Amino acid sequence: MKKYVLDLTVVSVEQIHERYVLIKLTDVQPLPEMLPGQFVEVRVDGSPSTFLRRPISIHYIDKVNNQLWLLVATVGEGTRWMASLHTGDVVNCVLPLGHGFTMPRQTDEKFLLVGGGVGVAPLLYLGAEIRRMGGEPTFLLGARSAKDLLMLDEFRKYGQVYVTTEDGSAGEKGFVTGHSILSQERFSHIASCGPTPMMKAVARYAHQEDIDCEVSLENLMACGLGACLCCVEKTTEGNLCVCKDGPVFNIKKLLWQL
Amino acid sequence: MAALNVRIGALELKNPVMTASGTFGYGLEFADFMPLDGIGGIIVKGTTLKPREGNDYPRMVETAQGMLNCVGLQNKGVDYFCEHIYPQIKDIDTNMIVNVSGSSPEDYAECAARIDALDEIPAIELNISCPNVKDGGMAFGVTCAGAASVVKAVRARYHKTLIVKLSPNVTDITEIARAVEAEGADAVSLINTLMGMAIDIERRKTMLSINTGGLSGPAVKPVALRMVWQVAKAVNIPVVGLGGISSAKDAIEFLMAGATAIEIGTANFLDPAISIKVRDGINDWLDSHGCQSVQEIIGVI
Repeated sequence: MKKYVLDLTVVSVEQIHERYVLIKLTDVQPLPEMLPGQFVEVRVDGSPSTFLRRPISIHYIDKVNNQLWLLVATVGEGTRWMASLHTGDVVNCVLPLGHGFTMPRQTDEKFLLVGGGVGVAPLLYLGAEIRRMGGEPTFLLGARSAKDLLMLDEFRKYGQVYVTTEDGSAGEKGFVTGHSILSQERFSHIASCGPTPMMKAVARYAHQEDIDCEVSLENLMACGLGACLCCVEKTTEGNLCVCKDGPVFNIKKLLWQL
Repeated sequence: MAALNVRIGALELKNPVMTASGTFGYGLEFADFMPLDGIGGIIVKGTTLKPREGNDYPRMVETAQGMLNCVGLQNKGVDYFCEHIYPQIKDIDTNMIVNVSGSSPEDYAECAARIDALDEIPAIELNISCPNVKDGGMAFGVTCAGAASVVKAVRARYHKTLIVKLSPNVTDITEIARAVEAEGADAVSLINTLMGMAIDIERRKTMLSINTGGLSGPAVKPVALRMVWQVAKAVNIPVVGLGGISSAKDAIEFLMAGATAIEIGTANFLDPAISIKVRDGINDWLDSHGCQSVQEIIGVI
C-alpha cells in the first residue's frame, strides 16, 4: 500500500477519560485507504523533550465524514502534546503504516476481538470493517474499573460487547480470559490488542483451544518504515520489525512461551 | 540552478546529498515519499559476510534532540544481499553504496570482494566504527593499527571507490583518518554514532539491552561538524560529513567545514522526504547567494 506524509487538520480533541483523548483528524482530500490494525506516525511539534514521531493505532475511519480517529493514552510528553491540540491545528502524519489484521474470508467466521486499556483502539475499526463485510464480530473488553472502559457505545454499533473489570464495577469481575462467553461460544478467530500480559494470556487460551489468533504489538519504534530495525520482535523467521512486518502477528509466528 | 555535482574519488554524485546507512533501509522503504534518483547516493544497511541477528530488544531510546540505538548490525549476510536485494535496487538511478562490516580483516575483505563483483554498486562504505557489536566493528576503528589493518585487507580485494566510516569515540580522529588514507582509502565518512547511555530511574535499569548505544540526531551535530573540519584539514582525500544533519543549513555548514558530500541519517525518521528537501535547500541557498556551483562553498572555513 502506498504511504503518504500528510498535514491533517484537527476536527476535535475530546477528553474521554483522565488519561485518554479521542482525536479526530481530516483532510481536504479524501483520506487514503487504511486497513484495520495499521497505524500512523504522528510528528510532535514544539515539545522540547520529544524527538521522534509517535506511533498511534488507527482507531476508526469515518468514511462519511472523511475522518481518521486516534484514541491516545496520555502517557508522556508526546502524547500530552497531542492531547493539547485544538480544532483547526495541523498534525503531520505518515500513514498508513504496518501490516494489519487478517480480514474474514467468509461472513460466517466468528471473530472475537479482545482488547484491554488503550489497546481497544484498533479493534473498533476492525469490528466495523468485519460488520461492513457482513460478519458479526464479538467484542470482549477489559479494564481496571468501569470508568476505564472506553468508547463502549461505539463498539456496540458493530457487535455484541462483553466486558470484564478487575474490581467488578462493570461486567464480570476479573480478566478477559476468565469471561464466561469463552465457555459459551466457540470462535474461529481471535484478534487482540492490549497490555502484553493480557495478550499473552489470550494467546495461551487461543493456543490451547486451537483458535487462530492475531495480536498487535507495540514495541518502541523510531522510523516506522522498517528501515532502522529498532522495534524488532523475535519470531520463527528471526527478528522482524513490528512496524513493517507487524504490528499484527499471528501468535504462531511469535516465540512466546504459551 | 547551481551545479550540485561533486566527486568522491572515481565516484560521480549528481549532488552532495546521500542517506546514511541504517537509516534508509535499502531505499525502497522510502520510494513512496521521494524520488530515490533525486539524491547523490543511498548507503544501504550494514552488511556482513555471515547473517547477524543483532542485539536483543530494546534497541532504541529517545533522548534530547536525538536517539540512542544498539541494533548491532542485524542483516541477512552478503550472499542474501547479492541474490535477493541487489536485483531490486540495482536499477535505481543513483549511487547505491553498500556499508560493509565484519569481525576480522579477512571477513571484511571477503564481504567487500563479493560486492566488488556487483556491476551497479560503485562504492562501499567500510564500517570500522559500529559501537554496538562485541567483535570487530568499532574495535578496529579506535586504533590506527586496527583501522589500517582492515583497510589494507579490503583494499587488496576491492577495486572500486572505498569510503571508510570513522568513529568519533577516539582521542584524535585525524590520526585514524590519516591511517586509513595511507592504506588507500578513497574517502572517509564521519561521524558514526557517539557512544552513550540512558537509565530508567524507576526500574533502576539501563534502557538498552546491551546497556550502551550510539547517539545520533541533532544532539551530535556540533561534535560531528568540528570533527569534519579537523579531518578535512588533515587529509587529502574527500571527506563525507554526517551527524545530525536535518536541514539544508546544517548540510551547508558541513560543506563549508570541508565535506565534499553529506549523509542524512536520523532525520529520515522525522521526515522521510528530508533528503530531497535538503538537496533543494542547498540549491536555493547557492542561487540566492550568487554561487554557480556547490564547489564554491566546500571547505571555505
